[in-house]
Formats: sequence, structure tokens, C-alpha cells
Amino acid sequence: MNLTGVPGVNMSQETLVEIRDLNFTYDSRPVLTGINMTIPRGKVVAVMGSSGCGKTTTLRLIGGQLKPTSGEVRVGGQVVHELDAKGLYDLRRRMGMLFQFGALFTDMSVYDNIAFQMREHTDLPEAMIRDLVLMKLHAVGLRGAHALMPTELSGGMARRVALARAIALDPMLIMYDEPFAGLDPISLAIVGDLIRKLTDALGASSIVVTHDVQESLKIVDYVYFVSEGKIVAEGTAEEMKNSEVPYVHQFVWGEADGPVPFQYPSRPYGEELMGSAVRGG
Amino acid sequence: MRALRGLGQRVTARIWRLGYASRFVLAILMYSGTSLRRVHLTIREVYFTGVLSLIIILVSGLFVGMVLGLQGYDTLARYGSTEALGVLVSLSLVRELGPVVAALLFASRAGSAITAEIGMMKATEQLSAMEMMAVDPIARVVAPRFWGGVISMPLLAALFSAMGIFGGYLVGVQLIGVDEGSFWSQMQASVDFRQDILNGVIKSFVFGIIVSWVAVFEGYDAEPTAEGVSGATTRTVVTSSLAILAADFVLTAFMFTGT
Amino acid sequence: MSRTTLDLWVGFFVAVGLGALLFLALKVGNLASSSSGETYAIQAKFDNIGGLKVRGAVKSAGVVVGRVTEIRFDPEAYLALVTIQVDARYKFPRDTFATINTSGLLGEQYIGFEVGGDTAMLKAGDTIKKTQSAVVLEKLISQFMFNKAAEDGGKK
Repeated sequence: MNLTGVPGVNMSQETLVEIRDLNFTYDSRPVLTGINMTIPRGKVVAVMGSSGCGKTTTLRLIGGQLKPTSGEVRVGGQVVHELDAKGLYDLRRRMGMLFQFGALFTDMSVYDNIAFQMREHTDLPEAMIRDLVLMKLHAVGLRGAHALMPTELSGGMARRVALARAIALDPMLIMYDEPFAGLDPISLAIVGDLIRKLTDALGASSIVVTHDVQESLKIVDYVYFVSEGKIVAEGTAEEMKNSEVPYVHQFVWGEADGPVPFQYPSRPYGEELMGSAVRGG
Repeated sequence: MRALRGLGQRVTARIWRLGYASRFVLAILMYSGTSLRRVHLTIREVYFTGVLSLIIILVSGLFVGMVLGLQGYDTLARYGSTEALGVLVSLSLVRELGPVVAALLFASRAGSAITAEIGMMKATEQLSAMEMMAVDPIARVVAPRFWGGVISMPLLAALFSAMGIFGGYLVGVQLIGVDEGSFWSQMQASVDFRQDILNGVIKSFVFGIIVSWVAVFEGYDAEPTAEGVSGATTRTVVTSSLAILAADFVLTAFMFTGT
Repeated sequence: MSRTTLDLWVGFFVAVGLGALLFLALKVGNLASSSSGETYAIQAKFDNIGGLKVRGAVKSAGVVVGRVTEIRFDPEAYLALVTIQVDARYKFPRDTFATINTSGLLGEQYIGFEVGGDTAMLKAGDTIKKTQSAVVLEKLISQFMFNKAAEDGGKK
């Protein structure tokens, strides 16, 4: 499989993904402002933050599904939003992505799901595809489930199949969108373990977008904290646990009130109650 | 004033959507290479749209034909020309009822299924996933479904008409006792291949394009939520039914007004 | 469902659909009878064609022998000029008499050929000289009523 034969990619450099001064505005509402990130080769990097802070948008910008309003995303030295359609597709062949709920193709079996990219992008004989598919399934411990349909899988199994599909073409970059959402503790541990092991085995880089602090701090090398579209803190897992930044502290230790207020922005309580009394009378 | 502005906005939104839908059909045509090169993708969709619609088409065709036989006989008997029953049944089926009713059934059976399927694939991020795997969802998912519908529709309409004529024959000849010879011979003398049958096939082909287009567009454009998909499914049936009837008027005006 | 079963079903579907089309074309339509064989064109002039249409039948002794392919107005003679395609298997004498008839009281109008005794036959491009126009029902009725009125007037 020719997965790296794209001109302009320097495979020896240290940094795989580099985000510089990235701004993204959706419907004149700023989603991301002034993001700077560096994802080194062979590392697992987490992007953390509460729901709706722009984490998933970051992944879509790296994958070229969205275009930045200003700034740039470089993957393997190439500026993603300047690529033409063909260049973008060539780049995506070397990326794997795990979607929030797996996004397995519901009309295909587990086997066909994993074989999908091999059949679309390569001319490999069916016998070799079979070996590769079983290898990938073995890596996630589901070789016995190859004939099942996605609807017959439990949530944890579906996530593992999606993981096997994401690494089907041995990508250089794997992105995970909320890989831990909605999993029981055992599946959670398995998926966390797999993310670390597969990244190391493939020599790839991983970006994990998550709000599950405890599980991800166990496996990641570096963490970015995003709040309201800005990076508020960054550092290694250990530094984050001991962080003095109020937001990070509240997030890591799961406190109900803090810099992120319990109350949704509203008029003063008393005034609102009086207002309703007047209307009611 | 506000009502006027609301009206204007709604009209603009419609026109904008029409433009988007036209651009979408161009994209389908541009990316149709895959569904033609890998025929099996399209064959699969012919199965889902055509074969699975067979039962409803055949049964409805039979009943429509039987009703035509009964009603037609009743009317023709007043003028003492019951031998013309075959002409009445076949012409109404081949020219109008076959293509139109089959297309309406097709829209509610296959069109809604296509919309729901594509909409669910969008809601569960399957289309997004495909894009991230460097596979274009329009080429891989949308175009085969479009062509499957376009291929199935004329065949289903022909089956509907044939079945309806058989139903009219059952009621008229076997049940009521119209002379079998005049039933068929009058039919053959009055139904012209080019003028009636070929025009009927052209109609059903156009309807096939309309239904498939509306169905894939509504699915692709659906709001990626459960309510969004169910709304899009309803819209597919409503929009394509209206479009079929409107297009039928235009086509009929072109085809059958000349001497 | 396996790929072969699916293919089988689709093949069955396409075959049945094409079969239905063939049934419509041959058994319901007139593809088999209209396009088969050669034809030759002759013309006929009528004072009044009534409700005759293009594609109308041309019959002799009740058998369809041709079709009307064109109806024009002749601006010099002020007559209707009708072009007829006759089946090449059938030859008619030059003094054949063409009339416009109605099938049934309210049915379609067609051209009837009544054969004469000439030994020379009509060729492509010939014009039939002896024709009888369509019977216009209104004329017939008013004629009948005038006659009746005249008779009644005579009696008084």
C-alpha cells in the first residue's frame, strides 16, 4: 500500500500537526479564537473542555471538512485548507477518524466496514484484504465478530470496530471524537488501552477530543484545555492534575461551581420573580 | 408589512433551495462514474427500489384495472359501445394512470425509504465518516440510489399498466362478458405504439428522475436528527407527488395536443 | 442477502419489466401491425373531411388496408388534401371510390375504399378522383326538417 508517497510530505520531521493562530467563525459567532497547537509524531494528545467549546470543530478543521476563517492548519507540512480536492483526499487516506458513536456503516457487516477503505482505495486481492481485516479485528479483540452487523454490537464493541476501521490503512494520524462517551467502565478501560497501544504500534500520532478526564489523563502525553474557543491551559497529564488554573482545577476535579458558573447567564433572580408576579397579576 | 416581508423571505428561501437542489443534481451527474463503473452498487439499489416495490405495484395495478373495467363498462353501456372497453382501459392506463399512479406509489414506497436511509446515514455521521475516509458520499451513496430509482421507475410503470389491463380484462371479459375478440382488437386498433406507449414510457422515465432527485436531495439535506429525518421523509412524499402531477400536466400538454 | 440472490432478483425484476413493455407494445399497441411491411402513398381530395384525423384508418371491405398520414388544406382548389399510406400488399384500381364513413353513430371517422372496375392500378403519388365527403349530421337534420316543412306546407 502506497500510503506515504505524497510529494511535499517530509516524514522525518518531528511535528506532524501544527495549528497556528487559528480562528473559526460560524454564522458570525466565533467558535475558535487564536488556537495554537503542536502535535508531535508518536504522541497521544488530548483536547479537553466542556461540551460545545469547539473541540469537535478543531478535528473537522484538521480533517479539512471545515475551512478556517483565518490562520492555518498544517498536517505533515501541508496547509490543509489550501489543498485541492485531490490533495485533500490523498491526505485523508493517511488519517483515521473515530466518530463519536462509531458511525459504522449500518448496511454492511463488521467485516465489510473494515474492508471498505481497502476496497475503495486499493486493488488488493480479496484474499489479502481478508487477512488484513482479520489482523485489524484481532488487534481490537473482535476477530470472532466479523460476520455480525453493526446493529448486533454493544456500544463498546461498536466503538472497537470503529477503531479497527480507523486504522484500516495504517494512518499516520488518528483522531478520536469523544471515544469514551456512553461506555461502561470496562469498555472504557479497553478503548483507552487500545488508543495508547495502537498509537505506539503504528508509530502514529493521536488526537483525543474528550471530556472524560480520569480515563484520558491515564493515557495521554500532553493536554490542551479549551474553554469558549480559547486554549486556557496546556501541559503534561501530571501538570494538569496539579494545575492552579481555576478552570482546569474545576474541570479535573469535577466541581459543580467555579469559573464555569452553575447558573446559565440570566437576569437577577429577584427581578425575574417580581417580573413574573407582575405578569401573573 | 411584516406579512409581506415574511412572504418574501419564504419565496427567497424556496428559490435558494431550488438552486441548491439543481447544483446537487449536477454533482450527482458529475460523480456518476463510480456507480456506472461499479455496476453492483447500482444493482443493489435497483433491488431496494424496484424489486421491493413489486408487490405494491402489481396489486395496485390489478385493482386499478379492475375498477376501470367496472366503471368503464357502466359508462360505455349507456352508449351501447361496450366493445370499446379495452380501448378505454388500455388508453387510460398506458397514457395516464400507469405512469402517474405507479410514480406516486413509488414516491411513497421507495422515495421515502431512500430519504430515510440517507438521512439516517447523515444523522449517525456515516456520510461524514465516509468523507474522512476520502470517499465521496455523493459518488458512493447518493448517485447509485439516484440511478437505481431512474432505472426502476419505467419498468414498474410498465408492469403497473400491464397488470391493470389484465385486471380490466378479468372484469370486462371474464366477469361481465364483453366479447374477448373485440376487447383486444379494438384495443390494438386504437393504441398507437409511438403516440401512446412510448409517450407513457417517457413520462414514467421523467417521473423516475423527479422522485429519485427529490428523495436523495431531501435525505442529503435533512437536519441530522431523528425529527429532521422524519420531516424530510414527509417532504419527499409531498414534494415529489406534487412535482409528478405538475410535470404530468406539462408532459401531457406537449405530447397529446397535436393531431 | 448474498450478492448472487440479489442479482437474481434484480435480473428477474428487469426481465419481467421488459416483458411488460413488450406486452404493451405488441399485444396492447399496434407496433406489430403498423410498422410491418412497405407502404405507398396516394392522395385524395375531399370537399369536407368532417372529423377525420391523422392516423385514421383506411378500410376496404371492412379490413384495414392503410392509414391517413397527412391532412392539408389546398388553398387553390379550396379542398382538403389527404395523404394515405396504403399497405404495399394491396393494389387498388384507378377508379377506386374513397368515402369518409363513421363507425357506429358517434364513432371515429375512417376512409372507405369502394373498388371500381378499372384494370390499371393506383401507383405511389396518384390522386383518387372520385371521392365522397363526410356526412355532416347537422346538414342532414336540417335538410330533413326543411323537406318535412315543405311537405306539410304543400298539404295545406
